[in-house]
Amino acid sequence: MANHTHVQNPKVDVQYRRKKNAEEMKHQIISFTLMIFLTLIAFFAVGYEGFSAWFAVPFILLLAVVQVIFQLYYFMHMSHKGHELPALFLYGGVVVAFVTVWAFLTIVWI
Amino acid sequence: MSTLARKKGVGAVIWDYLTTVDHKKIAILYLIAGGIFFLLGGLEAMIIRIQLAVPNNDFISAGFYNEVLTMHGTTMIFLAAMPLVFAMMNAVVPIQIGARDVAFPFLNSLGFWLFFFGGVFLNLSWFLGGAPDAGWTSYASLSLASPTHGIDFYVLGLQISGLGTLIGGINFLVTIINMRAPGMTYMRMPMFTWATFVTSALILFAFPPLTVGLIFMMMDRLFGGNFFDPALGGNTIIWEHLFWIFGHPEVYILVLPAFGIFSEIFATFSRKRLFGYSSMVFATVLIGFLGFMVWAHHMFTVGMGPIANAIFAVATMAIAVPTGIKIFNWLFTMWGGSIRFTTPMMYAVAFIPSFVIGGVTGVMNATAAADYQYHDSYFVVAHFHYVIVGGVVFALLAGAHYWWPKMFGKMLDEKLGKVTFWLFFIGFHLTFFIQHFLGLMGMPRRVFTFLPGQGFETGNMISTIGAFFMAAGTIVLLANVVITTVKGKRVGNDPWEDGRTLEWAVSSPAPEYNFAQTPLVRGLDAYWIEKMEGKKGLTPAEPLGDIHMPNPSILPFVISLGLFVAAFGFLFHQDHAWGTPVGIVGLLITLGAMFFRSIIDDHGFHIHKEEIMEAEKKGAGA
Repeated sequence: MANHTHVQNPKVDVQYRRKKNAEEMKHQIISFTLMIFLTLIAFFAVGYEGFSAWFAVPFILLLAVVQVIFQLYYFMHMSHKGHELPALFLYGGVVVAFVTVWAFLTIVWI
Repeated sequence: MSTLARKKGVGAVIWDYLTTVDHKKIAILYLIAGGIFFLLGGLEAMIIRIQLAVPNNDFISAGFYNEVLTMHGTTMIFLAAMPLVFAMMNAVVPIQIGARDVAFPFLNSLGFWLFFFGGVFLNLSWFLGGAPDAGWTSYASLSLASPTHGIDFYVLGLQISGLGTLIGGINFLVTIINMRAPGMTYMRMPMFTWATFVTSALILFAFPPLTVGLIFMMMDRLFGGNFFDPALGGNTIIWEHLFWIFGHPEVYILVLPAFGIFSEIFATFSRKRLFGYSSMVFATVLIGFLGFMVWAHHMFTVGMGPIANAIFAVATMAIAVPTGIKIFNWLFTMWGGSIRFTTPMMYAVAFIPSFVIGGVTGVMNATAAADYQYHDSYFVVAHFHYVIVGGVVFALLAGAHYWWPKMFGKMLDEKLGKVTFWLFFIGFHLTFFIQHFLGLMGMPRRVFTFLPGQGFETGNMISTIGAFFMAAGTIVLLANVVITTVKGKRVGNDPWEDGRTLEWAVSSPAPEYNFAQTPLVRGLDAYWIEKMEGKKGLTPAEPLGDIHMPNPSILPFVISLGLFVAAFGFLFHQDHAWGTPVGIVGLLITLGAMFFRSIIDDHGFHIHKEEIMEAEKKGAGA
């Protein structure tokens, strides 16, 4: 089926694949550096006394979301082809969970 | 080793079924286990109806009534309807998509055994101090106050069998995504496969909330937690939310496969392509999605406030739209078709008005203001039996008749099948239609008796008579199964003669490897297309070759047995000194079996080309 794109003959397009891999490696290193940088900012945001909790908590949550996206797309290969369905189910789960929590926070709250 | 064409003794057959990873045999296991639990749940229903036949009855005591009522609901939903749905999925879906098995045969077997041991564990409560008695919803304020171990059996039993269901659901998702034959695009999948796909996605998202709720309940009941006890700072409503965040999708988990089964039957016996196939797919997905947005309509009277009630009421009514699309599509499928009233088709035709009644009362219940009147009355009982029996049970009976030849190679007797249908159909409406009015007159649900002179006598008597009709129908069905098994004639590939989908292109029952050559699918209703072009078989997509098969394994049975033992230990750990050690031993059995699964290299085996050719020759002559 279409999902078997990774089962290829290793001898085909060695040159092209090497270039691709190098490019991917570059992306991974960039995102890894960014992730460490974001983590440092998060520590700073919590540690710096000029920021109140009302700023720091949503801010580090936002950074966390960015990190999850980096993780999924650059390290777990969701940016590659053939990952449409995992993405669909991931986002489906996110939507369902979000709507449920949102309903609790806005209209139900126990 | 290959089990092709070999005669075996009883012991070997039992061992074969204990270790099997073949989806067709697992389907039979699900059918038998689910069927037994269905009979058990039916027996409990009969006890309820006998108790309520006349006012002030003392056939059973009030406490025992609570146990019977709780176990009737729990058994029917979790241990009868769910596994019977899984029986149909296992029997048909891999063949419908042109696959040789599910994606994870080992997990398939594990899913079954977890369900089975969970169900057995739950039912052992009858003999070990009393069954659960807080209703199938087991609301925390009732269940925390329950003095026996019944609720603990409920919590641990459902946890184990729920794990099995989750595993089964994930397995079918992966199977349908990855194992479709060449040419089987998403929009060429049979409707039952689509229903299975959406159902599996619902299982994936709906069962975790139940797991969490059950863990909370287990902590509260067995390990000194206080999630639900308001006196200790907990909140009893949390259970209700968690239960219904699971529980509402659960009813779609049951009814979507039912819709799928009927879609197949309507198309086959109207000799027409399913009307509005793409809108059917769209409606199925939409129902699945909306199913997560409406859980609080079970809780209108909890006191969530008018805004929450109004929003959930409107969301609930929205589900009637895609359901309506489906109803009209089925009607238009029949319109102009050349209809054959076989037993499955009779269930399908009877399903439409029955389910519409259940849907209409559903919209009535969804009207939050009116629901304050209906809540906890027999009106609600009538409503959910109309959707569950009129939808799911009819579908399971129809599916059993429809696919029986594919599962066992013999046709169920049509005459007896029709007798079953009429007894069940008449009995069903006799039992539950009158309950709408009993509810509107004020008869509360879940109460063990009623007083004379309140106008409930006639209605309850009629309802009980109806229940006996359904019991008679079930007995005829059992007789039919026995007679067919003993005397039935072997049938060919396509015993209904109008089969449209791939499962009718292989022998009945299908060979171990399903397809000697993976078929090439050239459109919706792949087998019908080939037939219309005058071909006898499917167009192959690969040359004939050796087929790789997974080895059978006893490990799924052992893993599940370990959890069963562990559950016993932890259930009694406060009463007996042996509780905790037994629990730990059980967990060690499970983890040990999982360890062996990890370190043993199991490469499976091959069925060789010559064996396949021989088997195919025999299959063609059968």
